[in-house]
Amino acid sequence: MERVLGGEGSVVEVRRGGIVPGCDGIVLPGGESTTISRHLARTGVGDEVRGASESGVPIMATCAGLIVISREIVEETRFHPLGLMDVRVARNAFGSQRESFEADIDVSGFGSPYCAVFIRAPAVVGWSRKVEVLARIEDAAVAVRQNGLLGLAFHPELTADGRFHEMFLDMIREVDIDVGDR
Amino acid sequence: MQLEELRFGTELLKRGFAKMQKGGVIMDVTTSEQAVVAEEAGAVAVMALQAVPADIRKMGGVARMADPKIIMEIIDSVSIPVMAKVRIGHFAEAQILEAMGVDMIDESEVLTPADEFHVDKAKFTVPFVCGARNLGEALRRTKEGAAMIRTKGEAGTGDVREAVRHMRMIMGTIRSLKGMNEDELMKVAREIEADFDLVLECRQMQRLPVVNFAAGGIATPADASLMMQMGADGVFVGSGIFKSQNPEMMASAIVEAVNNYDDPKKLVEISTGLGDPMKGIDAGTLQPGEVLQTRGW
Repeated sequence: MERVLGGEGSVVEVRRGGIVPGCDGIVLPGGESTTISRHLARTGVGDEVRGASESGVPIMATCAGLIVISREIVEETRFHPLGLMDVRVARNAFGSQRESFEADIDVSGFGSPYCAVFIRAPAVVGWSRKVEVLARIEDAAVAVRQNGLLGLAFHPELTADGRFHEMFLDMIREVDIDVGDR
Repeated sequence: MQLEELRFGTELLKRGFAKMQKGGVIMDVTTSEQAVVAEEAGAVAVMALQAVPADIRKMGGVARMADPKIIMEIIDSVSIPVMAKVRIGHFAEAQILEAMGVDMIDESEVLTPADEFHVDKAKFTVPFVCGARNLGEALRRTKEGAAMIRTKGEAGTGDVREAVRHMRMIMGTIRSLKGMNEDELMKVAREIEADFDLVLECRQMQRLPVVNFAAGGIATPADASLMMQMGADGVFVGSGIFKSQNPEMMASAIVEAVNNYDDPKKLVEISTGLGDPMKGIDAGTLQPGEVLQTRGW
């Protein structure tokens, strides 16, 4: 992210409440969705993220992050996602770590294939008409966009290809143009 | 997108998996009930075992890979990744765990070593974590294909001192590489018996090329904070949780301590009223035959 930003802004780590309200964009990274959700609830950061999203702050959610912002998780009763994006997500949709994979996927709007890294990855198995599907693997969507939300089932931060980061920065710049310079 | 175009078991996937564990706590569990407690407490993964290291110490005898039945029950009970241990060099145990779909294998000195050669981890699709006491060991294991390194510490003691010593050795040696030219780095690589390119990478990055966790004696939230402040990317807790008086509270407190490791005020709250931590053994009183960290090379 820092590299793609090229000094245009800065990246801050959010582990506690009070930081999100000052941000122009939010990245919900990979990790373990159960662990992340629990932490978001305990610290109040989850509510801050929901509030920021409702006021138009763009979010890029990757892997576990995509699960966290979804409307519904297949076969999950213990924790509730933030429900920001109109998608239904299956966790570990491709299997355990043994089935984790890299693949060159076609992404709408990209001129050439994109090497995506899927690690115990989720997949989007249902979505509303508000959601634009950018990439698929077989019947499942693996890159989706809905207004200020970019959801990726894979890990753009693990490769040198910065095209999704650029897309996310463009989403932030669009907001800046809409509201004028803050 | 056709499924046959997918690439499995690449270095990027193995190291990427390990990176997803960063900032987290990995807990030893021996039953599916314990695994659920660990998941509820916020563990990023569990290590499925037949017995925790403190009990392995007590029982004596040959310590081996756990019964697949125990591991399968644990895999079925949680959604977080499940790891399991194999004896050093026992590649057949590793093949069995890989075939079961375990998410990561710990080639561990806690079990009785099977060979003087470590497993050739690059051959496997599943990622490995290995213990290390110093930079040389850490980089030899990395060269063999380990996607994650952890300090050996002294497992099953609840005494953090050896984990501290090993983390100091690793991080201190990396710091000392700063400012060295390539001739000097070559000498270091020879002395610590490590691959030159990996030594070079450590100098540039000022850290290990793979994720580096603390393990071996962590028993309290303060221990976890200490290891994080010394540069650990996360923490393994073995006997420290289910040998404490109140495992649910201790598990949750150690997770919170890793999240807030640099906030002493928060750590006061987190550390208060947890009941007795595991009793433990002063690692300095162990006889040479009882020390686990010297296994492996």
